[in-house]
Amino acid sequence: MTTVQATALVLLLGIAAYAVFGGADFGAGFWDLAAGRTAPGMRPRALIADAIGPVWEANHTWLVFDLVVLWTAFSPAFAAIMTALFVPLSLVGLGMVLRGAAFAFRPQATGLRGRQAAGAIFATSSVMTPFLLGAVAGAIASGRVLAAAAGPAIDPWSAWVTPTSVLLGVMAVAVCAYLAAVFLVADAERRRDYELVGYFRRRAIAAAVVAGGLAIGAIPVLAVDAPSLANELIGRGWPLLVASAALGIAALVLLWRDVPRGTRSCAVGAVAAIIAGWGVAQYPYILPPTMTFADAASPSGSLDALLAVFIVAVLVIAPSLGLLFMLDQRNRLSGYGVGSDVERSADRD
Amino acid sequence: MDPTVSAELLAARSQMAFTLGFHIILACLGVGLPTIVLIANAVGLRRADPAALLLARRWSTVMAVTFAVGAVTGTVLSFEMGLLWPGLMGRYGGAFGIPFAVEGLFFFLEAIFIAIYIYGWRRLSPMAHLVSGIPVALAGIGGTFSVVAANSWMNQPAGFVVDATGRVVAVDAIGVIFNPATWYEVPHMFIAAYMVVGFLLASVYAVGLLRGARDRYVRLGFVIPFAVAAIATPFQAVVGDFAARAVLTDQPVKFAAMELVQTTGPGQPETIGGVLVDGTVVGGFPIPNLASLIAGFSPDTVITGLDSVPPDQRPPASIVHLAWDTMVGLGTALVVLSGWALLVRLRRRDYATARWFLRASALAGVAAILALEAGWIVTEVGRQPWVVYGYLRTADAVTHASGVRVTFVGVVALYSALGVATIVTLLALKRRWAIADTAAGGRAFDGLAPDDAVPYGPTSRSDEEPA
Repeated sequence: MTTVQATALVLLLGIAAYAVFGGADFGAGFWDLAAGRTAPGMRPRALIADAIGPVWEANHTWLVFDLVVLWTAFSPAFAAIMTALFVPLSLVGLGMVLRGAAFAFRPQATGLRGRQAAGAIFATSSVMTPFLLGAVAGAIASGRVLAAAAGPAIDPWSAWVTPTSVLLGVMAVAVCAYLAAVFLVADAERRRDYELVGYFRRRAIAAAVVAGGLAIGAIPVLAVDAPSLANELIGRGWPLLVASAALGIAALVLLWRDVPRGTRSCAVGAVAAIIAGWGVAQYPYILPPTMTFADAASPSGSLDALLAVFIVAVLVIAPSLGLLFMLDQRNRLSGYGVGSDVERSADRD
Repeated sequence: MDPTVSAELLAARSQMAFTLGFHIILACLGVGLPTIVLIANAVGLRRADPAALLLARRWSTVMAVTFAVGAVTGTVLSFEMGLLWPGLMGRYGGAFGIPFAVEGLFFFLEAIFIAIYIYGWRRLSPMAHLVSGIPVALAGIGGTFSVVAANSWMNQPAGFVVDATGRVVAVDAIGVIFNPATWYEVPHMFIAAYMVVGFLLASVYAVGLLRGARDRYVRLGFVIPFAVAAIATPFQAVVGDFAARAVLTDQPVKFAAMELVQTTGPGQPETIGGVLVDGTVVGGFPIPNLASLIAGFSPDTVITGLDSVPPDQRPPASIVHLAWDTMVGLGTALVVLSGWALLVRLRRRDYATARWFLRASALAGVAAILALEAGWIVTEVGRQPWVVYGYLRTADAVTHASGVRVTFVGVVALYSALGVATIVTLLALKRRWAIADTAAGGRAFDGLAPDDAVPYGPTSRSDEEPA
């Protein structure tokens, strides 16, 4: 494997990690939005806040990781993406601010109205942001970025206001909701709240059906709107698509039969396989139809440094992240922090 | 120059300045606050001091809020690097990006351990909890180093080779990270972070002391952060002095703008205040020979003037100069304040009754933030028109996408709301704590909820399985 390929793989891993961890986080916001009126929605909302509280900042660090790898290793591609997709990416930035701030402020907000406003902002931006990120992925995958970024006058819409982008945007929201519901089933189970287990189990199944349906519906849309992507996905990426479908169906069966073990792994695998399939279909192009990873790659000194940082990250971050998730899973993290149950129960009194 | 392009450039520069100027305060809190929280936590554990533990716990909630806001404003900055400056990232990302990759590592660590620390108060053992906070403080140091190394690289680009077309063809990561400006910019910013956080936090409790609250909680709340800042401040004077002299050789035009030196020569005066209008200094109070004397310890020291470069390579000198005066003036005032604290201590007077000292301390937080922003203006505006000094002009780095004027207006509105919401949230916390204290008939050492009678230890709630 060349250094360029290794760096491309690191980028793909980072994108998959963000899709899974960031995605589950966005999806939790979707279910917050969908939890309905204040009184009946209180318990699922409390679980959501409690579940994502300790891990949300770490989850979104993957996005920064992806941006940094992209701009350091494949600088011209980063510049073209940021130019052609100025509008959706500016809105993603807006969504990140609204979401993070509302999440941080909500538990501290005094009074029902303040908390409701913060909650509404949190939930709405949790849906808007993954939709736009999906649209951005659609613009890159369908090979529209380079043309839109070229020339002195930039058309702000042509790259992403397309059937592929809209489809992938909706799919991103569905996948986030699916992942989140699967994770929240486990979170509710750990807290022995069997009513919420059922609540999120039903929603996980519904989201799985919707996401699967969208995936099947995507085939004709991509065939018309992004034929070369469709060809490569089916021609070279098919094993990964099959794997994703198999894992998705397995997760669905496990959910249906209420078997907790393995559900999360299957769901995560199904999503990661889709991301891998995208990477395989697009290789060797970072920006189809003409810019390859090799074309865009920075000098070897940059890539070597990046890979060295990545190795250190694996050695240092992975165990730290493992510790965080382990403590979280063992219910050792709660209290006093942002979004903690203690703060909220103090509020309610 | 095309007028639309320059309007977009102005909008892009304003947006970057505004978002960075906002984020830099939160970044300082992210760097300095964990240390101060850990000091209070350690004092609390060592002396079994409930007041120190309560402070640590409450400050860690403040840290949670400001860290969350800082995390999103930091993410926005990484978007803006590409959205506003694709010409910079597209051309120099291979070199300039490396310190950010290192920074990403530290930020990741900080995000992980800050979560463990903030959420670990109740159910981790006291020692494990305290230890979980140490990586947060260390990651803050590493993060400062990397980000400031990136900024230093813009001032003193190094560690790369460009070919005849200006394309970066070779990169030496160590050379990029340890560029000539790193060694003076990093400590300067790092100490600034501790000063900002220390004085800011202390100023809150100085107000409390002035209002007559003199219990151990308020005293510690003042003393711990003030001591951190007061110890940092004299070092900052020394580091800042070194940094200025290094700028004189590394970026002579920036130095000329700082000191309003128009024509190269010896015997330059130190002008306090004043602006440059059509090449002459208007207003201000000149002290003969002082600039030369400070820069080279002799009135004969030659200082390069703005006229050493063509007008299109000069920064807007008046802004740089006034920002420089502001930073140095406020920094000197904070040195005096730190000395005053020492004097109060040496004379064995109770600082809690030294009203003028407390009044000055109450203003120190705002003063430190203003000095921070002024220093940031000096380094950034002073580098103009370059974004990568000597290599790339800011005008050539800006995006061709239209819409920056729209995003600038949006960002100002959004960040204003964000700033207000942050302050409102922190005030709401303060109010809630005051209510808890009143309800407890003193300080609510037992925390915020009935089941938190001890800050540490297992929960008594029956609906949760023991871990």
